[in-house]
Amino acid sequence: MVPLDYYLILSAALFVIGVAGVVIRRNIIVILMSVELMLNAVNLTFIAFSRSLGTMDGQVIVFFVMTVAAAEAVIGLAIVIAAFRHRQTLDPQEMQLLKW
Amino acid sequence: MENYSLLRFIPLIPLLGTAVNIFFGARLGRKNAGLLACAAVGLSFLISLYLFWLLPASGLFRDAVFTWIDSPPFKAELAFQVDALSAVMLLVVTGIGFLIHLYSLGYMGRDEGMVRYFAYLNLFIFFMLLLVMADNLLLLFVGWEGVGLCSYLLIGFWHQDHVNTIAGNKAFIVNRIGDFGFLLGILLLVWELGGQGVWTLDFPGLKESAPLLRPEKVTLITLLLFLGATGKSAQIPLYVWLPDAMQGPTPVSALIHAATMVTAGVYMTARLHFLFSLAPATLGVIAAVGALTALFAATIALTQNDIKRVLAYSTVSQLGYMFLAVGVGAFGAAIFHLFTHAFFKACLFLGAGSVIHALQGEQDMRKMGGLSSYLPTTYRTYLIAALAISGAPLTAGFFSKDQILWQAYAGPHGSVWLWLAAWITAGLTACYMFRQLFLVFHGKCRAAPEVKAHIHESPAVMTAPLVVLAAGSIFAGWLGSPDFLWGSAWNHWLEPLFGAAETGHHDEQSKEILFLLLTLAVAGGGFYLAYLSYFRGARLPERLSSWGGGGLYRCLFHKYYVDELYDLVAVRPFTFFSGWLAGVFDLEVIDAVVNGVADRVRGSSFFWRELQTGNVQHYLLAFLAGAVVVFGYFLGR
Repeated sequence: MVPLDYYLILSAALFVIGVAGVVIRRNIIVILMSVELMLNAVNLTFIAFSRSLGTMDGQVIVFFVMTVAAAEAVIGLAIVIAAFRHRQTLDPQEMQLLKW
Repeated sequence: MENYSLLRFIPLIPLLGTAVNIFFGARLGRKNAGLLACAAVGLSFLISLYLFWLLPASGLFRDAVFTWIDSPPFKAELAFQVDALSAVMLLVVTGIGFLIHLYSLGYMGRDEGMVRYFAYLNLFIFFMLLLVMADNLLLLFVGWEGVGLCSYLLIGFWHQDHVNTIAGNKAFIVNRIGDFGFLLGILLLVWELGGQGVWTLDFPGLKESAPLLRPEKVTLITLLLFLGATGKSAQIPLYVWLPDAMQGPTPVSALIHAATMVTAGVYMTARLHFLFSLAPATLGVIAAVGALTALFAATIALTQNDIKRVLAYSTVSQLGYMFLAVGVGAFGAAIFHLFTHAFFKACLFLGAGSVIHALQGEQDMRKMGGLSSYLPTTYRTYLIAALAISGAPLTAGFFSKDQILWQAYAGPHGSVWLWLAAWITAGLTACYMFRQLFLVFHGKCRAAPEVKAHIHESPAVMTAPLVVLAAGSIFAGWLGSPDFLWGSAWNHWLEPLFGAAETGHHDEQSKEILFLLLTLAVAGGGFYLAYLSYFRGARLPERLSSWGGGGLYRCLFHKYYVDELYDLVAVRPFTFFSGWLAGVFDLEVIDAVVNGVADRVRGSSFFWRELQTGNVQHYLLAFLAGAVVVFGYFLGR
């Protein structure tokens, strides 16, 4: 059986990749994908612990997260489309009007 | 002590008159507004008369309306009381007030602001009644401030003329200085009595607990209260507002600045006689100030040319007499002079008003003269009042002034010096009064021809009050004759209140008669001097005024330069300081601090706002860094 540590290391690596993608990438769609990646990294942690501890709680939460992630993707993409229609760009650095 | 709910109506009716005139006066019309105001005061007078009839000599009627301040342990009620002293004041205020209201119907009949005038006048009567009927010192203070307000409003009644407004301001501000002392006195009294566990300001309670106070505190309290009295009753050093107050309509001068309001200080000291009697040092100060004011103002009155200013200084002088009486412990004599003075001084002022009315607003006595044939009723009443104030035998002033002069010498705190000052003043009084009488009513008429053509006696509504007041100027004094004539009903009436020891010394009767004759002699001398100078046309005034290079005359004519002195010592430094505060301190310190803080905040914001880029990724990075720091902190702990 694969030890718990391996899952956690994989999950942490995926999460860091997601964070890096959110902070660095210049395309909103890719940023949204990176967010999904972070969510799924967390999901992996939940499943790993659920299996390791022999309880169902983690798996239940994963279903919640997947639902929320689906909704988030829908709304996020809708906003992206609306923003694109206005500004003809997907670069978040071009969208910084909301300041002083 | 009996409870009479009738009492509350005495002040309430004039207040109602004010309210109706303020809200419906324009609709009522000028004539009706004036009649309504007269009726309100007349009704108060009738009720006062009825209560006076009911009141036994040592009785006290009380009417508690409601609890005003209830802050345990301190408690003050809005309650009215009438005892012998208040009853006298009530009759003076409502009785003479009514006559002057009546007179005003004629005097102010053609004035645009008549409705406003009568609203103020009724309001004044309300506050004055509050003052004399108050059952505690706080309520008295409310009335005290209220009459000051009405005085201010009525002095500046013709506010289109800036001089009148300035005079009103002066009266208000000078009074404010006195009232500050008065308020401090009340607070100190509460503080000291509270320290002894007595939390009250009503007069019976104060009387009972006055002996608890330490002597030096009583002296301080009474001195502060007396400072209030010098403001309201125009004594040195705060008398300067009263002559300027003559800018108001003449009936106002008669009512407020001669008969009633200015005597409030005397009333207050008499009301608190049990406190003042405990402080001999204060009484000494009061007697000295009173005697000095009497002499000082009388000398100024000798040289003034404005008919009303002479009377104003005369009022200051007579008020000095009253305080002299208070200062020697003769409270009964002070109130008696207050009573008689109200008649003859109101009569003089209304007579002067009648003259001014006839001459279409002329107040300079140098442009009058020979009016006795044009204004016979005014002349006769004026003559009677002038005789009364000079102390001619068997007039009101004769009895009251004699009592004060005798007490100044023989009273519990009297001395020969006080008597001497009062005695000289008596001579000066006769002199300036008859100087005025001769200048106004005798000799050739010096008025301009177009004014002269229109001289006419005033209507009956104005002369009737004059006749009544002139009658009072004679008969009011008969209530208080010396013991060697038919005795004093007055002292008998006030004895339960002030105590026998304070109303008179009844020994040394032959000496009293001698003093009386001396007073008569000096008054006769004053009269003769005026007669020689202004009736027979001796060149005495010219010679006297140029005596010693004219320095003395100029000094008197300019009222001892007191206004100029106050201007230099108080007004100018104050206005300079105010100007500095407004022009320099406010701009360069207050504004500088406020603007400086704003500028610094604004300046630093230019740097800090750069943090907010609007770029979501920057925010996220900061967010991440924060999360790492927090996480690292918990890991490393």
